[in-house]
Amino acid sequence: MTSVTTRPRRRLAYTLDVKGSPYIYIAPFFLLFGALGLFPLLYTAYVSMTDWNLLETTRQWVGFENYAELLTDDYFWNALFNTVSIWLLSTIPQLLVALVVAHMLNRSLRARTFFRMGVLLPNITSIVAVTIIFAQLFGRDFGMVNWAIQLVGLDPIDWQAGTLSSHIAISMIVIWRWTGYNALIYLAAMQAVPDHLYEAATIDGAGQWTQFWKITIPMLRPTIIFTAVVSTIGGFQIIAEPLLFQSGTGNPTGGSDRQFQTVGLYLYEQGFGLYEFGYASAIAWTLCLIIVVMALVNFSITRRIKSG
Amino acid sequence: MSSRMLRVLAGTAVLGVLAAGCGSQGGDAGAGASGGEKITLSLNLFGNMGFKELYAEYEAAHPNIKIVERTSAYNDHHRNLAAHLATKQGAADIEGIDTGFIAQFRGQPQHFTDLNQHGAAALKDRWLPWKWEASLAKTGAQIGYGTDVGGLAMCYRRDLFEKAGLPTDRDEVSKLWPDWTSYFEAGKKYTANKPEGAAFFDGAPQVFNAMVGQMPVGYYDTSDQVIVASNPELRKAYDQVLEAVAGGQSAKLVGSSPAWNTGFAKSQFATIACPAWMLAKIQDQGKEFAGQWDVAAIPGGGGNWGGAYLTVPAQSKHPKEAVELISWLTAPEQQIKVFTKHGILPSTVATYDKPEVKKLTHEFFNDAPIGEIFTTAALNLKPQYQGPRAGDIQTAIRDGMNRVEEGKQSADEAWAQILKDIDRIDK
Repeated sequence: MTSVTTRPRRRLAYTLDVKGSPYIYIAPFFLLFGALGLFPLLYTAYVSMTDWNLLETTRQWVGFENYAELLTDDYFWNALFNTVSIWLLSTIPQLLVALVVAHMLNRSLRARTFFRMGVLLPNITSIVAVTIIFAQLFGRDFGMVNWAIQLVGLDPIDWQAGTLSSHIAISMIVIWRWTGYNALIYLAAMQAVPDHLYEAATIDGAGQWTQFWKITIPMLRPTIIFTAVVSTIGGFQIIAEPLLFQSGTGNPTGGSDRQFQTVGLYLYEQGFGLYEFGYASAIAWTLCLIIVVMALVNFSITRRIKSG
Repeated sequence: MSSRMLRVLAGTAVLGVLAAGCGSQGGDAGAGASGGEKITLSLNLFGNMGFKELYAEYEAAHPNIKIVERTSAYNDHHRNLAAHLATKQGAADIEGIDTGFIAQFRGQPQHFTDLNQHGAAALKDRWLPWKWEASLAKTGAQIGYGTDVGGLAMCYRRDLFEKAGLPTDRDEVSKLWPDWTSYFEAGKKYTANKPEGAAFFDGAPQVFNAMVGQMPVGYYDTSDQVIVASNPELRKAYDQVLEAVAGGQSAKLVGSSPAWNTGFAKSQFATIACPAWMLAKIQDQGKEFAGQWDVAAIPGGGGNWGGAYLTVPAQSKHPKEAVELISWLTAPEQQIKVFTKHGILPSTVATYDKPEVKKLTHEFFNDAPIGEIFTTAALNLKPQYQGPRAGDIQTAIRDGMNRVEEGKQSADEAWAQILKDIDRIDK
């Protein structure tokens, strides 16, 4: 009879263990995410509905006024244009070059591991150092790029002063840092493509290039979607490069005419330069929504790549 | 919200927790202070203010005091301080504040210990009058004691002046430009015969700032109204500088940028408005120009660029001990030590008569009597009222003048945009 009384209790403990313990295992992540992710997210939403300057003691509820102001703010639209421009100029060449680099690394090379690790080096160097060096390379009077341009007989360019020229210079930093990273992701995906597909194609007489377009790219579709979405998220948040490109002056205006101020930098200027926390929070949320929309658009475009 | 913003917020939260932890530690130490237990006084500073050797001396004289100094970068330091004051948590017992930020923090005297309540009035005569006034709040509260000032002189390159046919002797050079009009006239003469690649001055905003500093009224009137649009002196100086830019006198370098640093080494300009602390920089950037650089008086006779204050936030657990420490650190005896050891020019007038200060010369700068030059400039400066957002206004004007130097806008277009930007800052 004892078994009759103990069995349900044991069964309960068993059920709890099976059904309950997984939640305990994953709880640390959700607790951390709640404290460091969700709470700031919601709190920022609340702050964005207030008129709060850190230098003033008052804090007023203003509803959606900050957002309304943002939509008529020339500097916000300017920053959004700059962000999109720098993102396009950096992401498209970056992913294309990464594909080619991955394709080359996928062949049987001498010292393959060396080259594979090598492409990741730019990514692990300090962004501060990289940007400062690039700012020197693109210097007006003694920059190496201008020196090279003059060798060819062209006029030197004031890279920081122009809109397009500054965007190109900043995109170069992004491309230099992230191409290798994306190449490694593509490489990993390429290695998962079964060899027999290539063998069959070779037997059918398909050349290298055809194989690349007809087999490799379609097989890489999920990875390309992934990198495109991640690059979108990263590209829209870009802040360190434009901030440091104007280095030394300590001001986040992104050039004398805000010609390379991105949305992230504008957020930083409003929040931590002018201490307008309410307005900066509204920018943060708007930026978040823009990223979500752009990521979805990107997802829907890249998924059209024909799968094998 | 972007994950970067999340990270920033998370980081801030973590910092807040850490800072709160530090604060409570200090509190514990202070709880038994009356029983002769140790009190830890923390100082948050930016850059080296030359106090390190003095702490040991103070600790030896006050066995119950332990001093801990933390330093961070200029902008980070002031941003953190603003956040710590607003959240009433995390500030040190003593916080350094730069001249560029003092007007902003002076606008929130409730966050600071009023030094007038701790016998500041008796010490008032220690400092240059304008230094004292700059940290005085509207309420009459004194929020900080002055440490150093920059003074202002005009550094010039003897070799470049000689090639351009200008006098090289520092007294003659000083006579060349009693005011800014004659400075730009000298610039015209220089530019007519200038050595290849070496302009007359480094960049328009830097010269403009030196000029604005000497005006009786600057960006604000005394009721904190921004008067940039209605102050004719400002526009006059602005036009004067940009006319010189149009005449080819400017090297068009943005102050403090890496390109500006390179400008020293590559001899891109022959004159630069230089405060005392810039001498070390000029020396570092181009060691090979020893004896070529010299220091003349600033046009207009007086000036200042830079300098700092020590304040005691209201949230300090040991305001009494902290105030005692900052009044000791800023006393003339200690300030002379800081000056002779680190070359940081004191704001305490009483030190200016002392031979260690007055007779100081600088070998690199052709043995220029820098002690006399910089103290004279500091003494000649008339106090100008600084409003809370003066730094942001200065940035807006700097950007505008850079737009003109970059050839993107005319002086009028840039001025119109400057006024629009200032309206936004001031709204």
